[in-house]
Amino acid sequence: MNRRTMGKAVLGLAGAAVALSVGMGAGMGSAFAQEKLKVGFVYVGPVSDHGYSYQHDQGRLAVEKALGDKVTTTFVENVPEGADAERVIEQLAASGHKLIFTTSFGFMNPTLKVAKRHPDVKFEHATGYKRAENVATYSGRFYEARTVVGAIAGKMTKSNIIGYIGSYPIPEVISGINAFTIALREQNPKAEVRVVWVNSWYDPGKEAEAAKALIDQGADVIVQHTDSPAPIQTAQERGLWSVGQSSDMTRFGPKSHLTAIVEDWNGYYVDRVKAVLDGTWKPIDTWGGISTGMVELAPYNPAIPADVVKLADQIKADIVSGKRHSFQGPVKDQSGKVVIPEGKHATDEQILKMDWYVEGVQGKVPK
Amino acid sequence: MNDLALIGPILAAMFAAATPLLFAALGELVVEKSGVLNLGVEGMMLVGAVCGFAVTVQTGSATAGFLVAALAGAATASLFAVLTLFLLANQVATGLALTLFGVGLSALIGQGFVGIPLDGLPKLYIPGLTDLPVVGQALFGQDIMVYLAVAAVPLVHLFLYRTRAGLVLRAVGENHTAAHALGYKVLRIRFLAVLFGGAMAGLGGAFLSMDYTPMWAENMTSGRGWIALALVVFATWKPARAMLGAWLFGGVTILQLHVQGLGIDVPSQLLSMLPYLATVLVLVLISRDVARIRLNAPACLGKLFHPDA
Repeated sequence: MNRRTMGKAVLGLAGAAVALSVGMGAGMGSAFAQEKLKVGFVYVGPVSDHGYSYQHDQGRLAVEKALGDKVTTTFVENVPEGADAERVIEQLAASGHKLIFTTSFGFMNPTLKVAKRHPDVKFEHATGYKRAENVATYSGRFYEARTVVGAIAGKMTKSNIIGYIGSYPIPEVISGINAFTIALREQNPKAEVRVVWVNSWYDPGKEAEAAKALIDQGADVIVQHTDSPAPIQTAQERGLWSVGQSSDMTRFGPKSHLTAIVEDWNGYYVDRVKAVLDGTWKPIDTWGGISTGMVELAPYNPAIPADVVKLADQIKADIVSGKRHSFQGPVKDQSGKVVIPEGKHATDEQILKMDWYVEGVQGKVPK
Repeated sequence: MNDLALIGPILAAMFAAATPLLFAALGELVVEKSGVLNLGVEGMMLVGAVCGFAVTVQTGSATAGFLVAALAGAATASLFAVLTLFLLANQVATGLALTLFGVGLSALIGQGFVGIPLDGLPKLYIPGLTDLPVVGQALFGQDIMVYLAVAAVPLVHLFLYRTRAGLVLRAVGENHTAAHALGYKVLRIRFLAVLFGGAMAGLGGAFLSMDYTPMWAENMTSGRGWIALALVVFATWKPARAMLGAWLFGGVTILQLHVQGLGIDVPSQLLSMLPYLATVLVLVLISRDVARIRLNAPACLGKLFHPDA
């Protein structure tokens, strides 16, 4: 479940106006030559965030590169989740866009409303769960990458305390913490995870403060499920390890950055645009993991020993081949009760609704 | 791990967290003492943050960065000053507009600077003193801006209460008509005060982007400008109390993160709220004493002045 709410209405409006005028100009020019498919993208943040929205925009650029002779693309950035979003999506639909990607959780209801009014336009909504005749949904199994990261952290920690910075206690983040912790303790049963919630997706100051607090409490690996590179900088300053989020954050802490969980939408976006061009598009739900390329790991830090790299690659390969599941039973909760029995793994529904910690995580899930 | 050993690091983090608030609050305190209410602190901080960062990236000099940040903050504030002092625009509305403007302008300037890392400022290290238990890191292991912010507190106090210029500034804030009748240039004095407030807000913002989290990100002050505004009232317009308020706010912010990390069972949403709750609580306690507020609040705060009226 995603995504942040930023009070940037003013910017959003300005961005919308500029992006739309560019998009319409391009569309009009080409309409006479050959009817090109117009594809719209709606982002919650700025494309310059080098994180979540940036990764989506990379996907848009991949579409232009692969199918530039058949499509034109338009994007609107900094769109606040809520009433403004509906207006922006409506504008895209009304101006001839036949496929629209709305890339944040909070765009779910606005997307469905606009979709109802425009049955001839196809919509793709990221990280949501409501679909319709002309609305498909898609998301990544990011927890799979956290399994790989957990194993690396288990091998790299000396203090056996891992600091984990969470954004909001929602199932996406909690399942990430659990997948990480299971893999961590498989390598290192003595290790524990301490979680600090900052109640924000993007607040560099607060994320840095959280990282400092965790480090002062003895953590020597800092993992984050927030979007700013501030925790990486803090870990680098203290000479400790860190794991990036959304995109490769190596340059913020080359000595500290072990790897990062990277979202890669390029392949998916190109496939879906092709499907519309071919007339094979269907309103399906896609939840792709490492095997689909939607979830990736940034290049490993050269300081990670070769045997740990080998272990990480093996785990990655086993996840891709289906030999391994991030929530392979037996999985115990904090009280020691077996929640996922031996021989089974968590169902998708269990993962999508996860609201409990596995054994090894300190503290309680905030309710 | 011994939890008591955390006191030192918590104190050290507290002083650093308080620094941007302290800069901005001291600046706004002087502005309000001159009788002007500038709600644009957040916007001025952001402009200072992005300009300081950009200059440091281009020149490699942090000194130049902080200087430009102060100038940029003052330049942004001068917009407010022209609108409210000379064109007699409403101060509250103009201040709010200045914040919105600062958010947008800083994002625009910062477009090319997102994703560039920067080294923070070096930390002080005095052998022996910095290694002292508990207070060593907190008192002798900070960087220069943290000390400058603290040093500014007695300076602002001395200026306001021990110099003739400070007396005139306060007189303008208390009764601009009387000050005008005595021949003081009310508008010029207020203009300079607003510029000073802008420069201090710019420094506070630059501390965030150049040192605290050395990078530029849109809206990175995340509401600290508003906290600084609240601190001025909280401090009943007294510089030393503003410092205590900033420390209190910084301390509670850091403490709640530690409480979470230690796994103490308190809802994190409530903990995130704590610093704000503490501020509101103190505001309520202070406001109970109406006489004290009246005594300390500049009587002409937020009132427009026209020399010919």
